[in-house]
Amino acid sequence: MVSTIRTHQLTRSFGAVTAVSQLTLDLPSGVVGLVGANGAGKSTLIKMLLGLLPPTSGSASILGFDCQTQGLQIREVVGYMPESECLPLDVTATEFLVHMARMSGLPANVARERSADTLRHVGLYEERYRPIGGYSTGMKQRVKLAQALVHDPKLVFLDEPTNGLDPAGRDDMLELIARVSGEFGISVVVTSHLLGELERISDHIVVIEGGVLSRSASMADATSDAGTLLVEVTERADEVMRRLAESGAAVEPGNAPGTFAVRVEDDAVADAVVAAAADLGIGLVRLQRRRHQLAEIFSTPSTTEEQS
Amino acid sequence: MTPAEQGGNQSVIHDIGFRHYDGPRLGRGWAFRSLLRETVRGAYGLGRPARSKIMPWTLVALFTLPALVLVTVTIVTGSGDLPLTYTQYPIGISLLISLFVAGRAPYAVSRDLRDGVIPLYLSRPLLRRDYVAAKVAGVTIAVAAFIAIPQTVLMIGALLAKLPAWETLGKWLGGLLIAVVLAIIVSALSLTIAAFTKRRGLGVAAILATLVLAQGFSNVVIGVVGMQRSEAAGSYGALLDPYQLTDGLANAWLGVASQNPYAEPHGALGVAIFTLAYLAAVSGALAVLFGRYKKVGAA
Repeated sequence: MVSTIRTHQLTRSFGAVTAVSQLTLDLPSGVVGLVGANGAGKSTLIKMLLGLLPPTSGSASILGFDCQTQGLQIREVVGYMPESECLPLDVTATEFLVHMARMSGLPANVARERSADTLRHVGLYEERYRPIGGYSTGMKQRVKLAQALVHDPKLVFLDEPTNGLDPAGRDDMLELIARVSGEFGISVVVTSHLLGELERISDHIVVIEGGVLSRSASMADATSDAGTLLVEVTERADEVMRRLAESGAAVEPGNAPGTFAVRVEDDAVADAVVAAAADLGIGLVRLQRRRHQLAEIFSTPSTTEEQS
Repeated sequence: MTPAEQGGNQSVIHDIGFRHYDGPRLGRGWAFRSLLRETVRGAYGLGRPARSKIMPWTLVALFTLPALVLVTVTIVTGSGDLPLTYTQYPIGISLLISLFVAGRAPYAVSRDLRDGVIPLYLSRPLLRRDYVAAKVAGVTIAVAAFIAIPQTVLMIGALLAKLPAWETLGKWLGGLLIAVVLAIIVSALSLTIAAFTKRRGLGVAAILATLVLAQGFSNVVIGVVGMQRSEAAGSYGALLDPYQLTDGLANAWLGVASQNPYAEPHGALGVAIFTLAYLAAVSGALAVLFGRYKKVGAA
């Protein structure tokens, strides 16, 4: 595992309030989901990692740069999308992005090229020649994301990128974030107060509560043992279930009629389901691998134990 | 599609995926210059919608028009000299400079405060103080250029009127120096006022009121103290007004006639006090401004 972010006993207090307390993390590349309620210390942590806020105690480094002494170097190769509104309203997205690319250190001609490319990648086309003030929330979020990516950073911090978006907008944004990591090869740290939306796209999940680390786990670890196959057949579900049970598979009836879940020990289970359906001459509606909801693992670890 | 598949040099748009950048990253100095450039462009509405250009360019036109009239008169009558010096001209119609800076300084800073743009700047290879310095330098350059435009019209007119060329160029350069000195003090004061409000309208009003009232107070002090005590004592009333203060410095340093003879510094002591007052005003304003930005955008 290659670490992109390491912190050791990182602490930040504001007067009597401790926003981040004794945080020790070792985070890999890929998508890291940072989950916590509002005020849990996510933004404070990001500001410390960007080298904008000195920690009260402890240390942190990003991509091998020390956050306290090498802030300028860090900010050359890291992008940041704040949670708050942060766009000037009277300039066009193109004008704004070119300026921000230059601010990140890109030469003028490169800044122009990459601005056009980046806006296209986040899904802004003709609108980019209009002033940002006339944009919808979803479009503004795309511009905010674009300014964090325009200089081709190695890592981006996305602070609550789905805030204020409708469900479709959320899905689009999450899909875009997955592409940033998967397709663009840029590591992502994305925060949310909702665990549910991050589990879909994250490789690693960190949960902080009240500035204290609650959990830090890779998705692979968290869900590796949770493989079940969700099956839905047109009819005679109980017969299929009985046949599978006879062959030694763990079967559990589902909530809806005609559905049930089978524990996946190896690939043979899926084959057995298909064979049973074919044998009985019934239709197979769904054969879906289901991971455990992360929420189960993080909020109530005991239930996970029981199920596995 | 991979880049190799595209082939040829046809003007067709291909989606070639996200491209990485391995070239130079120019760092802090370049970021500072980029912000400076953006501030100057913004002051004149360049790269902004048409309505953002109306105010600055109307003021440029109003500020330059009298200069065109003056040089026309000088050329036609062949009077042998410009009716006003290169410093008397801008300081005589200083209200237009006040209007310009009162509009431009809030545009440079209030917008970033209101729209919350500062965190984006802070997340780039730039220090907090670089941001403030670039804004101060940008507005100062914009104001100095504003003043230099009619000064340059006067200079070109003077040359066309066949006034002595070297003397004309020398006076013009002196005028430009004072334009910069004036731009520094009014920009520093205006930005300091503007940085305390997110509301641009309020900033505009506060700056304009400050500059106009300062001039009024200054004239009252010059008049009253000048009559009751002495002209020398009265001249210190100029310290209350950045325009008369700068005019006094122009008189002291360059020996040019000032707009208000009662506001000229008297003797070496007067010059020293005027110079110190100028430095104190600028550094005081900047100290407050930089102090203000220590808190902005922090957690």
